[in-house]
Amino acid sequence: MATEPPRAPVPTAVTAPPPAAGTERRRLEVASLSAYYGHAEIVRGVSITFRDREVTAIIGPSGCGKSTLLRCLNRMHETVPTAHVAGSVSLDGRDIYAKGVNAIEVRRHVGMVFQRPTPFPTMSIRDNVAAGLQILGRDKPSRAETDHIVEDALKRAALWDEVSTRLTDSAIGLSGGQQQRLCIARALATRPAVLLLDEPTASLDPISTQKVEELVYELRRDMTVVIVTHNMQQAARVSDRTAFMLTGELVEIAATNTLFTTPSDSRTEAYITGRFG
Amino acid sequence: MMDRNASRGPASPPKPPLRTTRPSVMQRAAAERAQTTIGRRRLVNVVMVGVTFGAAILATLPLIFILGHLIAAGASSINLDFFTQIPKPPGEAGGGMANAIVGSLVLILAASAFGLPIGIGAGLYLAENRGTHLANAVRFLSDVLNGLPSIVMGIFAWQFLVKPMGKFTALAGGIALGAMMIPLVTRTTEEMIRIVPVSLREAALALGYSRWRTSLVVVLRTALPGIVTGALVAVSRIAGETAPLLFTVLGNQFWSASLRGPIAALPLQIFNFAISPYDQQHSLAWAGALVLIGIVLIISLAARFATRSRFGLGGD
Repeated sequence: MATEPPRAPVPTAVTAPPPAAGTERRRLEVASLSAYYGHAEIVRGVSITFRDREVTAIIGPSGCGKSTLLRCLNRMHETVPTAHVAGSVSLDGRDIYAKGVNAIEVRRHVGMVFQRPTPFPTMSIRDNVAAGLQILGRDKPSRAETDHIVEDALKRAALWDEVSTRLTDSAIGLSGGQQQRLCIARALATRPAVLLLDEPTASLDPISTQKVEELVYELRRDMTVVIVTHNMQQAARVSDRTAFMLTGELVEIAATNTLFTTPSDSRTEAYITGRFG
Repeated sequence: MMDRNASRGPASPPKPPLRTTRPSVMQRAAAERAQTTIGRRRLVNVVMVGVTFGAAILATLPLIFILGHLIAAGASSINLDFFTQIPKPPGEAGGGMANAIVGSLVLILAASAFGLPIGIGAGLYLAENRGTHLANAVRFLSDVLNGLPSIVMGIFAWQFLVKPMGKFTALAGGIALGAMMIPLVTRTTEEMIRIVPVSLREAALALGYSRWRTSLVVVLRTALPGIVTGALVAVSRIAGETAPLLFTVLGNQFWSASLRGPIAALPLQIFNFAISPYDQQHSLAWAGALVLIGIVLIISLAARFATRSRFGLGGD
């Protein structure tokens, strides 16, 4: 991404106060974040910035804390008993771990897709996509608006053409790859600012993987995407920047091309050349 | 020897000189052993399939036998009067069990209204708070309650409901039956909720669902077919209970659908008629038993049909 075309201004930037130089594309800032299960420190003092309209890939060997780091970004980490977090994560300058910030509110703005597809088995395809809209209380869209949002989300997830004639069918009748794109559509329907993907293609076949990767590549147009992956080729294919983690620490983060060709840390080099992990 | 080697083609390795053309004794024994092993396995397989098939038939035989006998002995007494008339005084011909049928339905409804919400709520709590001391204690006590003889439940209902109220009431019977449903419903609810994958719960939480909404809308709904099946098993079990009713609802020869007084119930009516000296009442008792089984069957089918989700984790 050396020759980056100039990006169109964000619509909200018109009304928002002009950001300080160099910070205009920062969306999610993690500052000395540590995450624990009980006494075990899984993520150790990680500081990392995820920029707006970029795909950041997090790679590293199993158990290096990359999924845990991801789960800290939408406060899912704390849903596990004994899990807790120290440090801060700021979404558009607001600390999501500050007192008085509701985790539920955070999760509405930071969507997440998991390793395995998780369609709600009792709901139709349409209702699955609309699931996140049903809980908006007073802001809940009307039926017609919901239909429109569902169609839009399914189109963005590149699933519309495959399911448009059977929106009322069960979501578990879809193939694994379709289910995963359905879950992405479900996450997109609430228009999150950030989308977190936790090894989204780990349980998919190559064709479905390719579709999801193309989709991720498209999503950068209007959101921040963070993808955790085991697969270095995948990180190279879909991401603008790549972060390498080892034993809970962030070893380095760089433009994807740079990290895979001229890593600055010897441990990164050892990992990407296949000497361990 | 020459023939054999020729037929095997030039690629075959030279044979050791001691080998004869015919298979040795050892080889024949091994082949025979292999034959008999396979033969024995086939035999064992056939026998075991036969035995389990027989067991499967025997398992359903009691029901078939009971149903057959009930139809033979009671079907002749089932007519319009049976469903519309109240019992005639002893010795008089005719009469029916309409009041007992209504009474049993009232009792089932009252028991369900009391037992299902508590049982499902407790099951949800146990599933969502596994491993806590309270959950372990509740689970253990629930199992103990499940093993409590129904007559003991009746005595307790009499002591704590009938005596303070000063009269036998359908309400006391409903509560006694409902209390018997609670442990059954609690355990099946917990089991059904536990098999809902954690990933579904996480998916809902990640969408911004609150914990209670995740439990109710996603987890409970996914587990619903199984929970309904569990509730039906509980209803079927209490529908025929007689012992708790002896101490609580007493029975009633007349029309009553009120929760605040004694009420007739099929099991009680069957019991009373079966021990009476009149043949005509005996055949009414048989008919009553047949109707009781029929009601349980209809409730099961109707509720299962009503809750049969177009999709879901299967209701069976």
